[in-house]
Amino acid sequence: MTRCGFLCFLCFLWPFLPGCKKRETDVARGIRKEVLHRGLAADLSSLDPHLITTLPEINVASALFEGLVAEDPVDGHPVPGVAERWETSPDGLTWTFHLRANAKWSNGEPVTAQDFAGSIKRVLTKSLAADNAAMLFVLANAESWYQGGLTDFTQVGVAAPDAHTLGLTLAHPAPYLPTLLSHPIWYPVYLPALEKNGGATSRDAKWTDPATFVGNGPFVLKANRRGQVIITDKSPSYWDAANVRLNSIHFYPAEDRESEERAFRAGQLHLTEALPVGKVDSYRRDHPEMLKISPFLDTYFYRLNTTRPGLADPRVRRALARAIDRRAIVEKITRGGQSPATTFVPALPGYPAPGGLVEDVAEAARLLAAAGFPEGQGLPPLDILINNSGNHRIIAEAVQQMWRRIGVRVEINNMEMSTLLAKRRALDYSVLRSEWVADFTDPKSFLDVFRGGSNNNHTGWNSLAYDAALREADRTSDPAARLKRLASAEAILLEEMPIIPIYYFTTVRLVHPSVRGWHPLPLDRHPYKHVWLEN
Amino acid sequence: MFRFVVRRLLQVIPVLFVIVTATFFMVRFVPGGPFTAEKTIPPEILKNLEAHYGLDQPLWRQYLTYLGSIARGDLGPSFKYPNRTVNEIIGDKLPVSLELGALALVIALALGLTLGVLAAVRRNTWLDYLASSAGLLGMCVPTFVLGPLLVLFFGIHLGWVNASGWDSPADRVLPALTLGFVYAAYIMRLTRGGMLEVLNQDFIRTARAKGASESRIVFRHALRGGLLPVIAFLGPGIAGILTGSFVIETIFQIPGLGREFVNSAFNRDYTLVLGTVILYATLIVGCNLVVDVVQVWLNPRLKFE
Repeated sequence: MTRCGFLCFLCFLWPFLPGCKKRETDVARGIRKEVLHRGLAADLSSLDPHLITTLPEINVASALFEGLVAEDPVDGHPVPGVAERWETSPDGLTWTFHLRANAKWSNGEPVTAQDFAGSIKRVLTKSLAADNAAMLFVLANAESWYQGGLTDFTQVGVAAPDAHTLGLTLAHPAPYLPTLLSHPIWYPVYLPALEKNGGATSRDAKWTDPATFVGNGPFVLKANRRGQVIITDKSPSYWDAANVRLNSIHFYPAEDRESEERAFRAGQLHLTEALPVGKVDSYRRDHPEMLKISPFLDTYFYRLNTTRPGLADPRVRRALARAIDRRAIVEKITRGGQSPATTFVPALPGYPAPGGLVEDVAEAARLLAAAGFPEGQGLPPLDILINNSGNHRIIAEAVQQMWRRIGVRVEINNMEMSTLLAKRRALDYSVLRSEWVADFTDPKSFLDVFRGGSNNNHTGWNSLAYDAALREADRTSDPAARLKRLASAEAILLEEMPIIPIYYFTTVRLVHPSVRGWHPLPLDRHPYKHVWLEN
Repeated sequence: MFRFVVRRLLQVIPVLFVIVTATFFMVRFVPGGPFTAEKTIPPEILKNLEAHYGLDQPLWRQYLTYLGSIARGDLGPSFKYPNRTVNEIIGDKLPVSLELGALALVIALALGLTLGVLAAVRRNTWLDYLASSAGLLGMCVPTFVLGPLLVLFFGIHLGWVNASGWDSPADRVLPALTLGFVYAAYIMRLTRGGMLEVLNQDFIRTARAKGASESRIVFRHALRGGLLPVIAFLGPGIAGILTGSFVIETIFQIPGLGREFVNSAFNRDYTLVLGTVILYATLIVGCNLVVDVVQVWLNPRLKFE
């Protein structure tokens, strides 16, 4: 019986044992056939460029679509996409884009200015309820049309006088428009395909299945096995197909960073989305050639509820900000090359960042005393609200210790993300862990967060001077002068301190040495048409 | 027996109704909503989203609408995945969980029953000690330790199979083994206990006295009674193993239903939470019914009453 049972067991397992030898890995086969295997942070909610919101979704959409403007593979600056050139009027309000004649959809139809205009109208249509629709409010009258105040779409600042010319009229000068345009919310979609599969302005339209999908990017959707793999193949109808070197990209959504790292080691991935903190040191020691750390436009900060007694006093807020040793946090806790945040806006080319925030415990103690709370006496109780993931708790504990040096005692309160966001909305917190990722490469993407009336403020703070400085920057069309005005707005923010910047994020990922044309980019969006594999 | 089954099936309806009602209101009273994110959605856009999914209606009306749609077999649209319905998501992910669960169950039964019977028959020998220790180890080592260990050895060190994924037949081996081992350990302990109890009873001694062979005693006489505790365990066990395991699916990147279930709760994807809860409840109730029938069939002391 014993032997019999064991044999039965072996027979059962037999078909599953695949020859029991080392096979050619996906990575090796990929190099041979120019097939890139890339990990993604999470499962995608959709492939519809107008409905997606997260970076992993954007990183798939950018293979399938191309906007008017594309991103440079080395530093991310705007380069011609579907538009081969563009010009702007002297007042910076009217932009004219000239579309290339050979741009084609994956079904062979030409990409026209009408496609872009129709796509913009789609995003601004209420029934679609696109999360990012407000990014289009930079167009003249777009907001009013979305709200229903205006019923005539021809009044909105978009016009397609002919198939290859697209005019955009803005509500205010926006020299950053080209970088804004590389966001997927501006991508064109092929409206006839949507009409056929449930309607152009319905969230439920089923046009993103491989059989019905039409895109205009360098790659076209081949298969979408949800939660498992998304396969995109090189599109033969793409206008620049001759310069696309990869034959295919396979995207693997992986929620767990540890298992993604194991897949990388097993030769299944060329690129991971991230690397667990605990593994950074060993890769730095043993495989520095695979570890890629680069700055990412994302700031980790604490929001302060300025409607709470105590925190209402800017001196208390400044004291708390100055009592944090940011270097210790990035060197001892996050350990992934992050840098201490001395401002809210991370370093950007040409941006004259205002004088930074430095650790100064003596000054912090003095400010606290001046506010009437010497050594924290009489300060109402505070707690740091965090969500229970990542290293938020360790950072909060470090901050708790650092604030103890000036006599401020805080509790740490942790909860699940959605509950925390509900508390944030209700301003029911005193100190709140937060982060902000840029949507486009411009300080405005950060500074608008704390503008009066912003949906993302959540601190109870607003300042007329700050709003005025931002408004003035909006009216300035000279880029350098505009950045200077934005910096003066940020100086007000740092003086008033409704938030405490802690560190600037980095992307930390594993990249197989065969991946070429992959450069550190501040938004971590990589144009795949310039990527190839070579040993 | 027919009347027994029909009566039990009729009992399922109020049970499911209570579960649906309780879950519907519980998820609604949890703070946060399906459209909360780090980046806040502007109120005018949020209003349109809520109107699209009918969340602007009074709660009681939403509840009635929902009851109406599940009566038609429609579990509604998912909030997290635009242009996907809950029916489609379950249709996509359930087969994966079923396949993994069935493989793990076969491994668990093959290993657990064999070792359990052997341990009971060769009681207090090295075989018993070995099987019992393996059982204890299997119960103590959590899947999130065993899974990565198997991957490190077979996936990375030996390179025989992939570390994660659900593409080729080989991708099934490690997840099925990991999930199977845990259940095998329970089944082994229960089989051993059940068999020991039966083997000490008078009718076994009678069979021995009549000169029945050892294998006839074990398979013909003892096994039927010895398996009763295992059958009782298998009811909820099968439901659990078939509906997917969040941990295994995460470790091995398997597109199963367990991950959707847990994530839908975090995402406040109300319809997906409800859809998966209804499915799980139905499976558990169904498996328990089957187990009850099998138990009566195996145990002459029980009747369908």
